[in-house]
Amino acid sequence: MKVKQIIDLIKGTVVSGTENLEYTVEMAFASDLMSDVLTVKTDNLLLLTGLVNIQAIRTAEMSDINCVVFVRNKKVTEEMIRIAKENRITIIQSPYSMFKVSGILFNAGIKPVF
Amino acid sequence: MSSEKMHFEYRVEGGNFSEAGYPSSQVKKTLKQLNVEGNVIKRTVVALYEAEVNIVAHAYRGVIAVDIDTEKIIITLTDEGPGIADIKKAMEIGYSTATPEVREMGFGAGMGLSNMNTNADKLSITSEVGTGTIVEIMNYFHK
Ligand SMILES: Nc1ncnc2c1ncn2[C@@H]1O[C@H](COP(=O)(O)OP(=O)(O)OP(=O)(O)O)[C@@H](O)[C@H]1O
Ligand SMILES: [Mg+2]
Repeated sequence: MKVKQIIDLIKGTVVSGTENLEYTVEMAFASDLMSDVLTVKTDNLLLLTGLVNIQAIRTAEMSDINCVVFVRNKKVTEEMIRIAKENRITIIQSPYSMFKVSGILFNAGIKPVF
Repeated sequence: MSSEKMHFEYRVEGGNFSEAGYPSSQVKKTLKQLNVEGNVIKRTVVALYEAEVNIVAHAYRGVIAVDIDTEKIIITLTDEGPGIADIKKAMEIGYSTATPEVREMGFGAGMGLSNMNTNADKLSITSEVGTGTIVEIMNYFHK
């Protein structure tokens, strides 16, 4: 499923990085624990998280994740956007909860890692 | 790839989560420029980032030394900090002394050291309680 279709489904807004919208996502991982995200070996992953800080973006950068969804419209800082842009990471905000976004994407055929 | 050897050093400040990840980011950019294979880059920077966050989370300050030649990358992280009394125990998944502040930043699950072990071709940890810890990560560019 294309990133832009995912954005429609979760009522998302793109905060940074429009270059990945045509890109296809097959799998997603939902976690607030960056230690856990860093153990995932799958590439081209969509990350869903409620942890809104610089280290969430750095974790995406190191893990080659190019699309991060922050749930519950939490405030993304300028510094996070700067690092995301530098690394061509798309940041999407969704008003929905982690549970709801996960449910919507699971129903739409996005696969879990484990 | 150029045949020259490269050496970089970065300073890491304990407790400073807003700066954490900058050295790992720089190393990632360098390895990309050298056309190192994507999976090797990911393994290297994940191991490095874990080690870097450990200094920020558990130590007072540290220095990261990066040495790159045509075959491999060696990263040595030397910190001043409390040290690790029982390294074998610290390597166990789930063992963590992370503070609530560290957990709030998204870390402190006790998974980092074992993940470093998975992502490094060679990992060596030496530590002296009350002085600090030295972590060495080595990855080869070609298998
Ligand atoms: N550089 C260090 N200085 C002092 N203690 C350390 C250092 N690195 C690791 N430790 C000790 O080893 C424990 C385990 O480290 P590990 O990286 O596996 O987990 P963590 O950092 O607590 O959590 P996570 O890595 O999952 O975010 C730490 O909680 C800490 O007690
Ligand atoms: Mg750790």
